[in-house]
Amino acid sequence: MRQLRIDLSKCDAGRATCQHECESSCVEKVFKLTDPAMAALHIRELADGSGQAVLCDQCGDCVVVCPTEALSRNKLGVVVIDKKVCVGCYMCMGFCEKEIFERNPEWTEPYKCISCGICVKACPHAALEIVDVPEPAYRIL
Amino acid sequence: MSQFVFDPTKVMDIDFTKRTEYLEGLEAIKAAHKVLKEISFTPSLPDKGYNHRSLYVNVGTLEVKEKPVTQQMKDVFLGGRGFGLWHLWNAVKPTTRWNDPENEIIICPGPVSGITQYAGTGKSLVVTLSPQTDIPIDSNVGGYFGPLLKFSGFDALEIQGKSECDLIVFIDGQKGIIRIEEAPEEPVDSHVLAEVLTHMYAENDADRVNISVVCTGAAAEHSLIGMLNFSWWDHRRGCIRLKQAGRGGIGTVFRNKRIRAVVCRGPQVKGDLNNVADYETIAKTGIKYHKEIRENDPYQCMMRRNGTAHIVEIMDAYDLLPTHNFQYGSHPDTHKIDSAYWQSRCTQKTVDGCWYGCSMACAKGADGLVVKTGPYKGHTVTVDGPEYENAAGLGSNCGVFDPDYLLELNFYCDTYGICTITYGTLTAFVMECYQRGILNKERTGGLEMTWGNAEDDLEMMHQMARGEGFGIIAGQGVKKMKEIFIKNGWGDPKLINDIGMENKGLEYSQYMSKESLAQQGGYALTNKGPQHDEAWLIFMDMVNKQIPTFEDKAEALYYFPLFRTWFGLNGFCKLPWNDVVPSNNAQQPEAHKIPEHVQNYVDIFTATTGIKIDKDELIHQSAKVYNFQRIFNIRMGKGLRKDDHAPFRALGPVTTEEYLSRQERYDKQIAEEMKLDPTTMSLEEKMAAHRSWRQGRYEQLTDAVYKRRGWTPNGVPTLERLKELGLDAFPEVVDVVKLHL
Ligand code: SF4
Ligand code: SF4
Ligand code: SF4
Ligand code: SF4
Repeated sequence: MRQLRIDLSKCDAGRATCQHECESSCVEKVFKLTDPAMAALHIRELADGSGQAVLCDQCGDCVVVCPTEALSRNKLGVVVIDKKVCVGCYMCMGFCEKEIFERNPEWTEPYKCISCGICVKACPHAALEIVDVPEPAYRIL
Repeated sequence: MSQFVFDPTKVMDIDFTKRTEYLEGLEAIKAAHKVLKEISFTPSLPDKGYNHRSLYVNVGTLEVKEKPVTQQMKDVFLGGRGFGLWHLWNAVKPTTRWNDPENEIIICPGPVSGITQYAGTGKSLVVTLSPQTDIPIDSNVGGYFGPLLKFSGFDALEIQGKSECDLIVFIDGQKGIIRIEEAPEEPVDSHVLAEVLTHMYAENDADRVNISVVCTGAAAEHSLIGMLNFSWWDHRRGCIRLKQAGRGGIGTVFRNKRIRAVVCRGPQVKGDLNNVADYETIAKTGIKYHKEIRENDPYQCMMRRNGTAHIVEIMDAYDLLPTHNFQYGSHPDTHKIDSAYWQSRCTQKTVDGCWYGCSMACAKGADGLVVKTGPYKGHTVTVDGPEYENAAGLGSNCGVFDPDYLLELNFYCDTYGICTITYGTLTAFVMECYQRGILNKERTGGLEMTWGNAEDDLEMMHQMARGEGFGIIAGQGVKKMKEIFIKNGWGDPKLINDIGMENKGLEYSQYMSKESLAQQGGYALTNKGPQHDEAWLIFMDMVNKQIPTFEDKAEALYYFPLFRTWFGLNGFCKLPWNDVVPSNNAQQPEAHKIPEHVQNYVDIFTATTGIKIDKDELIHQSAKVYNFQRIFNIRMGKGLRKDDHAPFRALGPVTTEEYLSRQERYDKQIAEEMKLDPTTMSLEEKMAAHRSWRQGRYEQLTDAVYKRRGWTPNGVPTLERLKELGLDAFPEVVDVVKLHL
């Protein structure tokens, strides 16, 4: 399963030498939006100058709760949404513990990280990487 | 409040995709259909929750027409149960009875029904004149029918008339066709029929989720307690699931009209089909609620694991679980049917909402049940997994503590089309009559109706389905059974009336109200008869102790019936209101009302319809319909104080055994409440003292509640109250009231 990871020791969350290219590239290239706050990952600068990342780890909890089976794992183990069957119930969003299932008020269907790696390439500090890890076991939710 | 920690390793390993299939004869069944009428219509989507038209179908004359939904209907009746009552009022006369052709069945989802973002928003309300009570009955039911009907273009479906052949009404909201088809060879029972029809009317595999079937079963034809099943396609299981419009015999009316099924094929559901005024507010409120479920449900009710059955052991612990026809409140075998058991027996690896977006997901399913008796003996079936009312009604109240038999009783009630609650209460009555010699093996035609005899219990149900033997008598319900037993001279009329748990002709649902004055009123001071839809106060009164004083109880009997009526006007489910609460709820003012959730409802209503309301206006909206329903009852010859009396079993101990089982509590009440000395009294004297004290208290409560509701001491809404509510705009409503002032 492809999973996005971050090494916070390399990340410049405080924007000294980086403009959060990960967020802007994700939002622009993957989701064709403009507001970096709507990216499928969030990097936050904490008061002490260190960073905090909110990433989807493809845990699959959202797959478990989706009533329509709009969510499933693709061949690479990545959780993807089939917008045709999604009914916009947002249970996926409410049940994502990381709160990284995203929604654009203009759209009915929500969206999430697809482990595409575009942010990885955009990061000037090579803080992000895509790794291959085993799929976690099914959780009863 | 949860009693157990969920242990995933204890969940039984049952393949939830495996069950007996019934599709073999489908082509032949379909080929036998004959189109009696076909008309086209222009499908539409609602605008802010309303299509502004309803569909009228007369199955006798085959007339099919559209009717406008007027501004006045919206202003006064709002939708759902309100529209249903209004259509019914216009259809019937005071002399109309359930089996007259002019009686209608109205199915109406309500303006909010069909949104997908908040839990419990896919309900339909079903209204008809009840064969059990002769007054309107309304039932709040899940399944996809209501939303699909609305997304096809109709705010309500009104069915009138009586057919001479078995037929199906098919509403195709994709193609814009309404078809009435003669259906001579359909299977009769719901789990088969709904499966066959879902496959018959879906154009391909993906289309099955767009089909919902309304149907009943064999026992609805031979009893007065028939219910309606509303289906949806369960994608993961690959089967149909059923939710029930249970109370009051609606399924009996359906079959009396010779309707086999009503099928709706709606458009593919998306999140925005209800075209709400403010989508963003609904989305945000929904996500907040889903999060609350994720965080709190595992530590509160565990609705996602057990559904409503989580309260079985709580009721038992508080001596409130109806046992042996409401004689006792607990039983040593309760652990066999408690929530820990249902957690392990119900399938946990799937999604169990009866409409999209229901994160509460209480529609648990028990898969892989191999049926032991009756026409489906040997079949592997999926059963609803039982709700609290079923575990208590079919279980403890009849002394059945074998979970497999309990599931089988539940399965047969569902597929035969009878109400589980009603069946539970009437069987408990039969069993107590058997215990006390009012019935015996000769009188039951060989059925040995001893406590816990699930096999004969099931046989009585099979008789009901076949229209045979004692099953026919039982299927008349408790009220008519009491009359029959008394007429036959089978027992002391006073005892029979004391222990027959019905009011207005409807059987009590499964809570012991004896020690809860609030619940006594919650049951009998209702519009449609004793159920837990209007005023489920027992938990508040006895477990959470949130309404301690007499005034609190009277106020609760004003507020909660109105508050809960509102769910049925809009197409909401009641459970998400209080089966999970925000973490800080206990610190809020009026915590028992769950203020944050009330605000959610206010926000969702306003965001759907664009009509700005607050929590007081919400109550005002309900009061219009609630009082209208009371007046409707009066118009039909009930709805007065005499109709709000409760059988004594609901108020206190009828028998010496009952008294002795709680002697300490009862003696203490004699000393403290009645200021008498129990040590100087005989058992008979003590029981007599309790009877008059309890009846007096109940009458006092009735006075207080009527006053608070704006009714006369005879239970009639006053002209002033009508004026406050705007009901004085309807002269025919005012006329009914005037006759009784
Ligand atoms: S682009 Fe790289 S360094 Fe900048 S915020 Fe994102 S992860 Fe951190
Ligand atoms: S969106 Fe959330 S729930 Fe879904 S896979 Fe990612 S982290 Fe898990
Ligand atoms: S919003 Fe769509 S993807 Fe998310 S749970 Fe609902 S149906 Fe599934
Ligand atoms: S992997 Fe792709 S989708 Fe996920 S955060 Fe990075 S750019 Fe966005």
